[in-house]
Amino acid sequence: MYAYDELDRTLINERVSEFRDQVKRRLSGELTEDEFKMLRLQNGVYLQLHAYMFRVAIPYGTLSSKQLRRLAHVARRYDRGYGHFTTRQNIQFNWIKLAELPDALADLADVGIHAMQTSGNNTRNVTSDQWAGVAPGEIADPRIWSELIRQYTTLHPEFSFLPRKFKFAITASAHDRAAIKVHDIGLRLYKNAEGETGFEVLVGGGLGRTPFIGKTIKPFVHGRDLLSYVEAILRVYNQYGRRDNIYKARIKILVHELGIEKFAQEVEDEWQQMRATDTALTLDDAMIEDIRSRFSYPAYEKLPHMPDELKKAAHDAHFEAWRKNSVAPHKVSGYAIVTLSLKPVGGPPGDATADQMDAVADLADKYSFGEIRVGHEQNLALPHVARRDLPALWKALDKIDLATPNVNLITDIIACPGLDYCSLANARSIPIAQELTRRFANHDTANLIGRLHINISGCINACGHHHVGHIGILGVEKNGEEFYQITIGGRADENAEVGTLIGPAVPYGEVADVIEDIVEAYLALRAQPDELFVDTVKRLGVEPFRERVYATR
Amino acid sequence: MTSPLEQKKIRIAGPSVVTANRTWDGVVIYRTSQHGWSSDLSDAAVIRTSDEARALLAESVADDVGAIGAYIAPVEIKDSGKIKPGNLREHIRLQGVTIELPVPA
Amino acid sequence: MPLVKNGKISRDALVHVADDAPIPDGGAILISAARFLEDPEALSRRAGGTGVIWPNNRDVDDLVPYLDRLAVVALVFPTFRDGRAYSQARLLKERYNYRGELRATGQVLRDQFLFMLRAGFDAFEVKKDSDAEAFANTVKRYSVFYQPTGDGRMTALHRRMMLRHSESASQ
Repeated sequence: MYAYDELDRTLINERVSEFRDQVKRRLSGELTEDEFKMLRLQNGVYLQLHAYMFRVAIPYGTLSSKQLRRLAHVARRYDRGYGHFTTRQNIQFNWIKLAELPDALADLADVGIHAMQTSGNNTRNVTSDQWAGVAPGEIADPRIWSELIRQYTTLHPEFSFLPRKFKFAITASAHDRAAIKVHDIGLRLYKNAEGETGFEVLVGGGLGRTPFIGKTIKPFVHGRDLLSYVEAILRVYNQYGRRDNIYKARIKILVHELGIEKFAQEVEDEWQQMRATDTALTLDDAMIEDIRSRFSYPAYEKLPHMPDELKKAAHDAHFEAWRKNSVAPHKVSGYAIVTLSLKPVGGPPGDATADQMDAVADLADKYSFGEIRVGHEQNLALPHVARRDLPALWKALDKIDLATPNVNLITDIIACPGLDYCSLANARSIPIAQELTRRFANHDTANLIGRLHINISGCINACGHHHVGHIGILGVEKNGEEFYQITIGGRADENAEVGTLIGPAVPYGEVADVIEDIVEAYLALRAQPDELFVDTVKRLGVEPFRERVYATR
Repeated sequence: MTSPLEQKKIRIAGPSVVTANRTWDGVVIYRTSQHGWSSDLSDAAVIRTSDEARALLAESVADDVGAIGAYIAPVEIKDSGKIKPGNLREHIRLQGVTIELPVPA
Repeated sequence: MPLVKNGKISRDALVHVADDAPIPDGGAILISAARFLEDPEALSRRAGGTGVIWPNNRDVDDLVPYLDRLAVVALVFPTFRDGRAYSQARLLKERYNYRGELRATGQVLRDQFLFMLRAGFDAFEVKKDSDAEAFANTVKRYSVFYQPTGDGRMTALHRRMMLRHSESASQ
């Protein structure tokens, strides 16, 4: 857990005062919407179809129980009793009133939560993976560097009006759970041959209208140079990114139009000039240590890997099904990382009620040293659970409908809010997800199918990350009706690639049938039971799936 | 359902209304024929020509304090005279989400 | 359009000369980059002082040779959402050590004053009178700054370092 000090809290409070003043001036007419819109976006306030939406930052997906309770309070007091966890580790409230926002922000500021730069043409939440700091095999906690970047980019005077939004992601594991290859800047933390800690820097990844996989701009940037190097990238982008067309304004377009070599050279030139006159951004060990010291880690006990409580519970088939699915190894022996599925059968993916949030906060206090994580697959996690506590935790989670044993399975769907909420959408996504969870509700079937990520986006902006879904579903509009394009074979990890369209878009009522057909084809075609869907697609290509789906359509 | 937020040319295909969101709380509103706003679609001024649309939209957009994001939306007029939303997007804006809320309203 | 300098509304010492108007012999003037580059040596040495309006879509490199002789460099925010001038400002002040007046023009609004100040601007052609009047208070909105620019404000990181040193020193 990162502890905000007085300086951090002062900044958040100053931001709340500023926004309160801005809202006042908007409602009095002193500020026009044209002048105000970017200001409210910079505080995470969107206009959706039938209300404002408020996106609150959860930096690198880490929350304390106190903070989660305060989010529940905001859901109750200012919204309709629930929140939605997003693909960038943030939370959204869908029914907020502009006039009440300053109060909501003040309530959040009390516990060190803010909504700075969760929207707007600036640098957004620096995401990491939800297992940061506790996953086995991580070389260091990437959240320390996420926090360094968060501070460096917050209210940066030079980069608050970029051509477009800018997203960072950091991983410190060989298996990339943070999707760094589809971010504007992706950072892979590692130690080089000399044992120095630094980053492979990738640039220009992104989804949306023109998906790109990020390219390596520099194979190794020493940790101390991270901020100055990032500043060089941002400065080149701020000056040369396109501003004539919002669909061509992301850095991925600039990188594509210049070519990675030329872009890298521009950045290198800028960086060298910067370093020649100015070392203000060079990080020394003391600074890194200062940030690291404010991350607290639990006082883990020495616990057995197979405690009695776990042995006794092993006969319970339901518990075992959940344990095998939702519990992952922890770097400390005797502990585990527990994923709380927010994908119940028939439910909207990623939503949690205020009551559920409070209950999870209590469970975090009891079983996870008061800490919760938010994953970009729209689930929660308890990162420090003693294995002996797993049976008791499971019972409690089951009571509040947060123990669906479908993590990473076909019903663990990632979906954007879609046309039910979002003014950018062409089609609905949530009902599609709900129907799919009903079709594949049978736990044995889902396990038979194995790991399969379905991603659903209601429009080409791709907030559901459909491009990198094993199965991607994209809502489009045809003659006033909702249609859906289906892609297969995408992946978001270290082998990231964009999925391939299988054929013409299908209407709303047929999407679930099509997915069933695809799954049937996979089960018939896979080389062995443990060949993952995405690997079968890689091996055989799209053709056999296309045939199956379109044979009778 | 393609976002009407990028409407540049004013061209209407049938009976339409001007709709927006109320600035202070985001509630969906419709421009009335009395130069005001109502959250009740039955109070909306129905426009049938591009000229009417242009005029109504202009006066709506001018009310920058009261409303944001005004645009022209299609409606369906029933035989009874009742005004109904003209597409799925407008239906959702009026009635709310098409799914059950996690917490019953 | 009021000019704000040193935190308050000031008289603008410069006369804006249009591209097709004759350059006056005396007095401080503000001219476009295109006009200036027609004869930069002479124009930058005018006794009355010369200021240049530099567009935001052009590198400041071409202006650098004359910086030590210019009275004013005016940068442009065509809309407040176009942030290129922030980079230009920082480069002029921090890389090229420009010491003359650095003026913000265009859609200059209250809620960007502090960003502009921190980026190196010290004069502001403010769009609204009410914003100009609120300048002094507006720039006091924040007392904590995370990142270094050339404005000399101490960053939070450095304040913490200093606190630690003084803590350990007093132990």
